[in-house]
Amino acid sequence: MEPLQIADKIKEKFPEAVVSASEYRGQAAVVLKKESILGVAGWLHDEPDMSMDLLKDLCGVDYFGKKEPRFEVVYHLYSIKHRHMIRLKAQVPEDDPKIQSVMPVWKGADWHERECFDMFGIEFEGHPDLRRVLLPEDWEGHPLRKDYPLEGPGPDKEWPAYKEVLDKAKRFKEFEWNR
Amino acid sequence: MEQVDKETSAREELTLSLGPQHPATHGVLKLVLELEGETVAKCTPHVGYLHRGVEKLGENRTYLSALPLTDRLDYVASMSYNVGYVVAVERLLGVEPPERAKFIRTMVSEMARISSHLLWLATHALDIGAMTVFLYAFREREWINDLFEMLCGARLTVSYPRIGGVRNDVSQEFLDSLWKFTEEFPGRLLEYETLIDQNRIWLKRTIGIGVVSAEDAANLGLTGPMIRGSGVPYDLRKFAPYDAYDQVEFDVPTGTNGDTYDRYRVRMEEFRQSNGIVRQCIEKLPPGPVMAPDAPKFTLPPKEKVMEDMEALIHHFVLVTKGPITAPEGETYSAIEAPKGELGFFFISDGSGTPYRMRIRTPSYVHALALPYLTEGSFVADVIAVIGTADLVLGEVDR
Amino acid sequence: MTGFLETMFSPGSADMILTIGTIVVKIAILIGIVLLHVAYAPYFERKVIGHMQVRMGPMRVGPHGLLQPIADGLKLFFKEDIIPAQADKSIFYISPVICLFTAMSTLAVIPIFGGFVIANINIGILFVLAMSSLGAYGIVMSGWSSNSKYAFLGGLRSSAQVISYEIAMGLSLVGVIIMSGSLNLTDIVAAQEAYPLKSFIIPQIIGFFVFCVAAMAETNRTPFDLPEAESELVAGYFTEYSGMRFALFFLAEYIGMLLMCAIAAICFLGGWNGPFEVPYIPFFWLLVKVYAFMFIYYWVRATVPRYRYDQLMSLGWKLMIPLALFNVVLTGTIKMLR
Repeated sequence: MEPLQIADKIKEKFPEAVVSASEYRGQAAVVLKKESILGVAGWLHDEPDMSMDLLKDLCGVDYFGKKEPRFEVVYHLYSIKHRHMIRLKAQVPEDDPKIQSVMPVWKGADWHERECFDMFGIEFEGHPDLRRVLLPEDWEGHPLRKDYPLEGPGPDKEWPAYKEVLDKAKRFKEFEWNR
Repeated sequence: MEQVDKETSAREELTLSLGPQHPATHGVLKLVLELEGETVAKCTPHVGYLHRGVEKLGENRTYLSALPLTDRLDYVASMSYNVGYVVAVERLLGVEPPERAKFIRTMVSEMARISSHLLWLATHALDIGAMTVFLYAFREREWINDLFEMLCGARLTVSYPRIGGVRNDVSQEFLDSLWKFTEEFPGRLLEYETLIDQNRIWLKRTIGIGVVSAEDAANLGLTGPMIRGSGVPYDLRKFAPYDAYDQVEFDVPTGTNGDTYDRYRVRMEEFRQSNGIVRQCIEKLPPGPVMAPDAPKFTLPPKEKVMEDMEALIHHFVLVTKGPITAPEGETYSAIEAPKGELGFFFISDGSGTPYRMRIRTPSYVHALALPYLTEGSFVADVIAVIGTADLVLGEVDR
Repeated sequence: MTGFLETMFSPGSADMILTIGTIVVKIAILIGIVLLHVAYAPYFERKVIGHMQVRMGPMRVGPHGLLQPIADGLKLFFKEDIIPAQADKSIFYISPVICLFTAMSTLAVIPIFGGFVIANINIGILFVLAMSSLGAYGIVMSGWSSNSKYAFLGGLRSSAQVISYEIAMGLSLVGVIIMSGSLNLTDIVAAQEAYPLKSFIIPQIIGFFVFCVAAMAETNRTPFDLPEAESELVAGYFTEYSGMRFALFFLAEYIGMLLMCAIAAICFLGGWNGPFEVPYIPFFWLLVKVYAFMFIYYWVRATVPRYRYDQLMSLGWKLMIPLALFNVVLTGTIKMLR
């Protein structure tokens, strides 16, 4: 199925969920309201014409100061059977950064959602084990947000475990050969 | 009575922390295993020890200067990752590389596939205990690294492809050496297979281990040999051809049972297919330029031209300092078939010289999350076999 | 000499002292030879496997790396002896000694050639089996006392493995005992002279096969090196050991290997008897057989992958023990009918 056709079908099926649809370089993107994501995802997965069985990718985007709502969660879905792809973009506002997890539909969304939570602070409701995945558990802030300082949080706000390592290194200096 | 029952049933589980420093985890993967005797009751992978923030770095660099970052994702097949990046950027910017460059890229990414699979075979066999295969495979990998060195001067982190083509043309000497390699390589493959293909112990250790059905594989998002081992012929070289893959002939080998042995067979067959593709590329290599001549706003002009031509000098200056500032606004997801699976780059461009959002979808990240599904209920020794068959490279898991 | 001793001690005890003196000298010779051998066995192994794996093996220390074992030994000797804070110290200290002690004491009953044996006891084979079982204690205790999970798993695996393969090994030797009618190793060699090739290899081929497999399992060699499977358990039961204590385990392992090769050569291949006499070197043929056997050990290590724990067990209990029992029955029946 052509990408825009899929977008039209989604619009037909979920008229109140779709905010807009667009195409660029042969790839269609459908912007959705965040409440409807699980319904649309489930329908795309189960509908025989769609059968989007592969969640290629799930990631967050931060439109800080560019767009409202601030965040978008982007889903790339693919059907191995029909060989077509669609991009879903769910809008997530800054003051309520929560969205339903698509774990019930694709188990492979697990770590992608955890990473999205890790990097953007978007919470996925219904995710069984929502922890940070790439960064340490006690890290502060969400680095891929556009307002996160590029050179790190600064010397006085270092990650506590790193401070610990530095202290330890200082203490162990006394055991060095040539002190 | 009840009390006795409680006491006897209260089994103590042994929590074994496999990694981050462990001989079999190929890097800094940490698996927390809860063991009941030798059986794995629960497996929790922990990653992120190698996190460098490549996505954030990419968002703060121009399209041209983010290329070396992709070398460091999967450092055993950096060529494929370079190709994946430039293919994605070309799609976003709308640059069409010349035919010769397409063939060269196809050729070198298949070389990277052979190299990556050789490392997989070596470590997988070593984990299961077949030590000799390790050294045999490294002999050929060394050869490929030498070829890469001959091609571009670097052995591991090559950064050879460029947006709109490749950095330099291939020499006849390189093509001759590569041809010699492709002639000898099938014989070397037979050597590995003699050692392990029909070995009873190898069969016992791999058949029926880490089984994943076709539906589960797709649902988990597995790609590459991991899903092909389950019988799904999902290969982006056929499904969405890029570069010159639509002009070469090859088969997509698939397994049937989705176990470790099938994935082993799939990869061994891919060696032969890749070898064939490299040979076809050498045979069909068309003459012509290796950089797109008609996209001066996106590709670096040749050095000689910069020295003589004012316009070329300006393009060069702008591209190096600010990046391709005439990039169109839009967003594309573009994926290639890396040795480990689907490597996707999702770009959002806001019309400046740097991507607004660069998202890298790496295959090993998804394969790492599938480890609990593949290992729970099996033995500790099978965990090692499954880590081997998933072919994890932690550089791309952690990004 | 005798006169001097007679003046020093009461008559009659002179013979005893002489015997003891001879034994001490013999022990010294044997230990010297064995230690030299154990130093060069890893070198031999590294060279053999190296050439099988298209590389050179040790080449740096001395010509063709010949001084490598000495360098290794010195390194191990001078290394810091690290003891984990959580370890059970006394057991941690004693377990490598147990391993080495059991391996070394087995050497006492091995006849090197006709007449040269430290203790020519009548229960030679039994002693060998008993001591190799005792060696498992060293492994289990080291695994347990290290207080490390990898060492613990290694110790558990090893105890299970040694117990299962001990049975197969003992049963495989029963055929030899039936045929020779003795447990004394010197007598067993003598009994073989009447058979073709001056050995039990043809009548006891099943027993020989079971013994070879069991010996590999008993000494924790590939493909049965699960207790020290480096890709799973880092180094198994001796993960936490370092320096000299590690060297003791290493010594014990290689002496154990040498012993198994020697037992195989003595019980199945005719010991020091060969196709012809080699003048002045009575142990020539035993040495050749032992080295041939060791080469097979190395060859197997370079070729095959590792078994999984449960597969190892099922191989031991479902194949090796029935096979050995079948061999016992077969040998007994033939012996009865004769």
